[in-house]
Amino acid sequence: MTTLQDTVPETGPTASIVTNPAVLRLALVLTSIVVAFGVVPAIATDYWLSSIIIPTIVMGLAGISLNLLQGYAGLVSLGSAAFMSVGVFSAYNLILRAPALPLPVVLVLAGLTAAGVGIFFGLPALRIKGFYLGASTLGAQFFFQWLFTNYPWFSNNSQSLTISAPRLEFFGYDLQSPVGRYLLVVTVTALLIGFAFLVVKSRLGREWMAIRDMETAASVLGVRVASRKLQAYAISSFFLGITGVLWGFAYLGTADAHTYNLDKSFQVLFIVLIGGTATIFGNFLGAAFIVLTPILLDHLVLSANIAYLSDQGAITNLQRVIFGAIIIFILIKEPDGLSAWTRRGAEALRARLKT
Amino acid sequence: MAYFFETLIAGLFAGLMYGLVAIGFVLIYKASGVFNFAQGAMVFLAALVFVTLVEHGIHFWVAFAATSALMVLTAVAIEALVLRPLRNRDPLTLFMATLGLSFVIDGATQFFLGTDVHMLDVGIDDIADDYGGLFISRFDIIASLIVIALVAVLAIVFSKTRMGVSLRAVADDTLAAQSIGIRLPVIWRIVWSVAGIVALVAGLLWGARQGVQYSLSLVTLKALPVLIIGGFSSIPGAITGGLFVGAGEALADIYLGPLVGGSVSTWFAYILAVAFLLVRPAGLFGDRDIERV
Repeated sequence: MTTLQDTVPETGPTASIVTNPAVLRLALVLTSIVVAFGVVPAIATDYWLSSIIIPTIVMGLAGISLNLLQGYAGLVSLGSAAFMSVGVFSAYNLILRAPALPLPVVLVLAGLTAAGVGIFFGLPALRIKGFYLGASTLGAQFFFQWLFTNYPWFSNNSQSLTISAPRLEFFGYDLQSPVGRYLLVVTVTALLIGFAFLVVKSRLGREWMAIRDMETAASVLGVRVASRKLQAYAISSFFLGITGVLWGFAYLGTADAHTYNLDKSFQVLFIVLIGGTATIFGNFLGAAFIVLTPILLDHLVLSANIAYLSDQGAITNLQRVIFGAIIIFILIKEPDGLSAWTRRGAEALRARLKT
Repeated sequence: MAYFFETLIAGLFAGLMYGLVAIGFVLIYKASGVFNFAQGAMVFLAALVFVTLVEHGIHFWVAFAATSALMVLTAVAIEALVLRPLRNRDPLTLFMATLGLSFVIDGATQFFLGTDVHMLDVGIDDIADDYGGLFISRFDIIASLIVIALVAVLAIVFSKTRMGVSLRAVADDTLAAQSIGIRLPVIWRIVWSVAGIVALVAGLLWGARQGVQYSLSLVTLKALPVLIIGGFSSIPGAITGGLFVGAGEALADIYLGPLVGGSVSTWFAYILAVAFLLVRPAGLFGDRDIERV
């Protein structure tokens, strides 16, 4: 999407209405809204909504969360799933212990709790830079998994340490059906995308990028590096907290500490790198890759009907090999991530429109 | 008090094993700047191949040689297929590539050799001997002697041989090393091969203790705190860091665990590492080139 904004706007009588970036952008946003709220709920089957579209959107949102921290502010997190689990467990306890709270308030409070935790685990960023920062968030990953497993209070003393989704409703509207859960997810996501764009285009976002590109220069220019870094952790974790609630309540229906394990954190990292660093919409491409690849591989293996692969364990392992190989392949072949595809597509489209 | 010392010693021996895995990281990190997440997968691959060969009646040392050869082949393949196309990319991309690599190695290993847990007997009895009131396992003592011998051999190789000096030149200044004719791809192949053989030794010692199974692969996760404490670029540091983490975990489990209701060993190492990062960012033995704020 950046290309649309990076190009010099054509002004004057020669600028055609179809090539005007502002018009194009508005058209794009309006089309997205119509597709997301009108077309998709009308035509998608329950299977598509529950198994493909909802997880893709939620994981894309997780990608945006990490991309704000990593792509824009240049900080590292290896424990995204920990902040998601903080979100879902806070939301569960808020609904349990204060049933009067409406869903939007619960979501915001869950996000804020995760943000507070994020600031704490971001504190080492004030002393160190680079990959080593991963240790602190990796610690968060293991700490919260331990916390939610060892203290049953968080899951209302349930035997299995599992929390199940409360009744999802929004001022009386029932959101339990696949379409209802989809609308909840897509509304929250749309609002957060808007928020993410505001942040990225604001002074805060520009200062993050200045810190990422050259911290010394940024601080010389008067950027308050320390507080900006903590704000990056806070906002990223706020997003992740809400994402965690959506993943547990709107997609899975139940959650426990292991839902948000290290694999999930790595998936979020993959989404950012495969989708493209410092992009917003690229994350959904990365998420689609993460969600769809295992499903496609499943179908592929089943339809190939290879006799000696009857063992489910063998199939799972074959999938691991293929998945790992695809990831290495994409990292090698597409350094800017899959969002480079859309950028190229958009450029080709513009070139055609101009002629 | 004897209980304290036995816990401490058991922790130190576990730490030596962490250190052994961490050595593989240090070698690769020094030569190519990659945090190799696949090191644990290499430990698992080497141990499972070795144990499968031995179970098919192949002599111990023949199996050792064959597995070593396989690790060298793996190293050459990784250099050609992953490292070379990704050279000059940022560390996070390289890390993610090794994460993908760990999927490939773990998946392929279990696809071809199965997911069963194998018992591995390396011919050392795991009996506790009495040393003036302290019971210490004979296996632990011999295993730590093996680790010490391995570290000594590596230290001699890296300080005395031409290859070792080339490696240190690459680690010190890659561009200068290349300009005097050191071939980077060759160094990478050698280093990944050595890391593969270190992984084999680690896999045999861990595997003899816990059985050869997938969890060997997860040892990787403990390597990050070990390396932060010891320093990313020092082999003695890797061992010391391992000892710190091993002893810290064992003692924390005994004395801190009951207070907070449960084993703390999953996360204690990271808290220790973060404390070290705040106080001594380069680790105990590392080069002082870590970017500080």
